[in-house]
Amino acid sequence: MSAAAPRANSRPPREGAFGWALLRLCSIAVYIFMFAPIVVVILLAFNSSRSGAFPMEGFSLQWFGKLFANDSIVEAFKTSLILAATSSALATVIGVMAALALVRYDFRGKEGIQTFLSLPLLMPEVVMGVALLMFLKFLSMPRSFAVLLLGHTVLSLPYVVLLVQARLVGLRSSYEEAAWTLGANRIQTFFEVTLPLISPAIVGGFLFAATLSFDNITATLFWKKPGIETVPTKIFAMLRTSVSPEINALGAVMIVITILLPLIGGYMVRRFAKAR
Amino acid sequence: MARPYLLLSPAILSLALLMVAPVVFVLIYSFWLRTAEGLDVPAFQFGNWVNFFTDGFYWRALASTFKTALITTVICILLGYPTAYFLARAQIRNRGLLLFLMFLPFWVSYIIRTMSWINVLGKNGFVNAVLVGSGLIDEPMKLLYNDFSVIMGLVYFMLPYMIINVYVSLDGIDRNLESAARVLGCTPWQSFREVTLPLSLPGLGAGSLLCFVLAAGSYVTPRLLGGTDTLFFPDLIYEAIISQLDWPFGAVLSIVMLLALGLVIAVYNRFMNLSDVYRSFAR
Repeated sequence: MSAAAPRANSRPPREGAFGWALLRLCSIAVYIFMFAPIVVVILLAFNSSRSGAFPMEGFSLQWFGKLFANDSIVEAFKTSLILAATSSALATVIGVMAALALVRYDFRGKEGIQTFLSLPLLMPEVVMGVALLMFLKFLSMPRSFAVLLLGHTVLSLPYVVLLVQARLVGLRSSYEEAAWTLGANRIQTFFEVTLPLISPAIVGGFLFAATLSFDNITATLFWKKPGIETVPTKIFAMLRTSVSPEINALGAVMIVITILLPLIGGYMVRRFAKAR
Repeated sequence: MARPYLLLSPAILSLALLMVAPVVFVLIYSFWLRTAEGLDVPAFQFGNWVNFFTDGFYWRALASTFKTALITTVICILLGYPTAYFLARAQIRNRGLLLFLMFLPFWVSYIIRTMSWINVLGKNGFVNAVLVGSGLIDEPMKLLYNDFSVIMGLVYFMLPYMIINVYVSLDGIDRNLESAARVLGCTPWQSFREVTLPLSLPGLGAGSLLCFVLAAGSYVTPRLLGGTDTLFFPDLIYEAIISQLDWPFGAVLSIVMLLALGLVIAVYNRFMNLSDVYRSFAR
């Protein structure tokens, strides 16, 4: 292993080179490890075999057709999308308010509140799922979409707070002070100055929360009403029997969506940042 | 002056109502009485807790869960640290692209990523197809539905967390310190051991804690990739609550899980800084 790169020429070439070769090998292995399973899913989605496994028997698009004709999967997609959109909107509003308070103000108990808001990050999701389920039963509230909505909001809230906070720290408050000096009131300042300035952070937080919600499975299994399925719980239920080619096709579709979304999100954030 | 509190109140209220109050309620529920008719009656008795403490099965489950989480963490360190070091220090042109690629699997659905290991390790999976096809083995190996496949799935899920945490902490080290060590006569290995490694410990610690806590708390991976003899604590909680509907006992198991992981986190916080872990989520 080597020290600073500019001194590369001065070190004995052999021992350093060997170390770097090992490091390179390890990294390549890790990248293969990370991407091979994803590639295998996409590969099998196009396999004409009925078993959903190897060997590859031929190229076929039939499983995608079957997928889109499957009403329960389409229904699960709708549920997941609505849930992700609503819960992340809620988490973003609440989270941005909290992040603003934590970055822009000094007040008593700030440290404690920061820790408190981060608590759910290390909370085992199973316990989180059990706790809310029991509590709502105690309050005689049946499992419903609203429970999922609130639950997902709480799960993604700390991420939004931390993400937006990290972006806000880099933003000087002089713009806002200028607006106040020029006679804008607090509300005007927020909507005319602060909001446009932090919009990339808000979009980022929203997309992250939406992904978390769309992806959540463990807590959702506890909170969902029997009969309601989100995409992950639907896949989970389908996997009880075995991996079917249809699930591989669904997996391929989701891989493409989930890889495209951050790309679009990143592009939009950059556009926003440039437009300022 | 009340403004920051006003801004914070929705966040604090929602956490208090949807997380803190429910967890306190679980603790209360763990003392309730489950009658022979299957009704849960408010009470203050220790029957459920006695059942837990006297049944070695649950202790074994907890031990096996922590053992799996520990093995996962160690593998993540062994694979993750060199990779993060390479990404942070190697003279490579496409560093940005490589980092972006490392983030990508994060966005791919967790259930799909977990399921993909069935395709890789299954009887007719990728590995067996290659090995049998090339004639190296005659019969497919049993790679799936055992502790090995659970650990593979967990490492696959946790490795990017480890790499990103270590990378950020390596990236933040003042490179002059390493140069200074070299100029003062350290071998590359010495300079790594004496300077780089200690300075990257916060990232390594944060990554390890995340690996351990998230692995020990995972339900879906052991459920999908584990065998019939795989003992995983979160699975027992799910079984107690959803399948057996024994909520008071499920409440006991939940509190035990929370306390056991809370203990790990408390020990960690004694030696390292927990806020490093929280911050790592914002990247």
